[in-house]
Amino acid sequence: MTQPAAVPEAVKPARRRLSLSAGETLAGFLFVSPMLIGVTVLVLLPILAALALSLADWNFVQGWDGIKWIGFENFRKLWDDPAFIRSIRNNFLFLLAVPVYMLISMVLAVLIDRYVYWKGFFKVAYFMPYISNIVAVAVVWQVLFHPSYGPINEMLQAIGIANPPKWIADPKFALYSIMMITVWISIGFNLIIYIAGLQSIPRDLYEAADIDGASALVKFARITFPLLSPTSFFLLVTGIISSFKVFDIIAVMTQGGPIGSTSLMVWYLYDQAFNNLKIGYASSVSVVLFLFVFLITAGQWIAQKKWVNY
Amino acid sequence: MATLHRLDWRKAVTTAVLFAVSLLFLLPFLWMLTTSFKLEKDVFVYPIEWIPKQWNAIANYKEVWFGRYPFYIYYWNSIKVSVITVLVSCTTSSLAAYGFSKVRFKAGKWLFLIVLATYMVPSQAILVPQFILYRNIGLFDSHFGLILLSSFSVLGTFMLRQFFMGVNQEYIESAKIDGAGHLRTFWSIAFPLVKPAVATYAILRFIWTWNDYQNPLIFLRTDGLYTIPLAMQKFTSMSGEFYSLIMAGAVSAIVPLLIVFIIGQKSVIEGIALGGVKG
Repeated sequence: MTQPAAVPEAVKPARRRLSLSAGETLAGFLFVSPMLIGVTVLVLLPILAALALSLADWNFVQGWDGIKWIGFENFRKLWDDPAFIRSIRNNFLFLLAVPVYMLISMVLAVLIDRYVYWKGFFKVAYFMPYISNIVAVAVVWQVLFHPSYGPINEMLQAIGIANPPKWIADPKFALYSIMMITVWISIGFNLIIYIAGLQSIPRDLYEAADIDGASALVKFARITFPLLSPTSFFLLVTGIISSFKVFDIIAVMTQGGPIGSTSLMVWYLYDQAFNNLKIGYASSVSVVLFLFVFLITAGQWIAQKKWVNY
Repeated sequence: MATLHRLDWRKAVTTAVLFAVSLLFLLPFLWMLTTSFKLEKDVFVYPIEWIPKQWNAIANYKEVWFGRYPFYIYYWNSIKVSVITVLVSCTTSSLAAYGFSKVRFKAGKWLFLIVLATYMVPSQAILVPQFILYRNIGLFDSHFGLILLSSFSVLGTFMLRQFFMGVNQEYIESAKIDGAGHLRTFWSIAFPLVKPAVATYAILRFIWTWNDYQNPLIFLRTDGLYTIPLAMQKFTSMSGEFYSLIMAGAVSAIVPLLIVFIIGQKSVIEGIALGGVKG
């Protein structure tokens, strides 16, 4: 029975711990590897490729040999490209929809949370546009907005407006029409988040305000609004980011037209890449898009500490 | 609770006002539904006939489902793509979520940060390289490729990780003492505890995949492979002025989602409120 003594007692647990932690590492890698491989191949590599291609002049049909490396030439061209500048301007105009739907959602959320019967019905009704298929929704609005015999203009004419706007067919109104539909779609999501935010406000604050005889308006201004600020901040950031990603509704309803009035950045990217086949040029638009989203996210981190009332 | 049996009139007035506002959200859907039942010549009759005088529902839906753009094929495609995507995505996300929260390994923290950072990248910024990649490795124009694109969800991993972190570490440790490996612990202890969260994520993923227009538009070419949103758009541009047919298509595209939503209403709303997530 001398064999066990050959292994000093102190070494045993150490070696065991070592193999255990190696086993843990292996297990860890195995668990996360499907996700890791997927993300690497489908996201990380494409990011690097997009960065590289943004420095190239390349038309997809030329094949690999057709790549010409031109440095930052694409970005200089973008800067001078009126169609691109216009789509950035449209994108910034589009941001105006965000505070509009946030404000409407906040008011609706306060009312639905405290002052109405049939809460469940209202949640579902306002939420329907958000979960509905965006293509189907866009097609329905396209018909509702039909300039000559769409129901909306029929109604406007019936109440005495002789020359109602031509909506998505009119370059002056097209972007605003799309923004209106975006407001209509986004209220559901914002409403749900606001209702969740309201539920985390302690009830006794309102009871204390009641004892002091505060009116509903004062309670909203002094309690509800400030205590919702983390929620509002979150919705503002996601709203801004998602307005830089708007694509489906443009692709279905206007294709960027009439005369470029609804061309947003992502539509422009798509148009350059898949209609004009300018892969390099489109990739430089991708990089600009990525920069915008990155700056907003970074700004969020900085602003969060300063402004948000926790 | 004096008001229990009495109508609070202020509450009643607010309810009435909000009901009127909610019509703005419901009437477009109602218009879509009634129009899908109408004869084409009655579509734009004003004032709007909310109940059609002449019904043409059967002919309209027959044309949409079995006509030149047969929706039954696209339905099948959508169901296939959405269901498989949900299964694969839930698997990869919950495995990774467990790995990132319950397995103690050094690289885990860094890998998680890298994965999380990719969430910031707008999907459209990498469309072009993904397209080139797919053309070159033969995944272009296939359901398999389409499914892969939404099978590795950072959002799902992040969401489920939060729930796995809530699983008591003592359960994991005691399973280990009993000699269970991580796979066993994952499957018979941790996963059953986070099942409700996985179900919520599954419903959200189903809705997002069903509604996805961008990926099918770019990664599919063959008519027969189209999913509902893409088919809906092609159908609309082909049917031109046949608005009753277009609305029958729109109704067909929206109804399955409404059913999923109404069945899973609580999880959907809670999931969205909880994660503050957005497709």
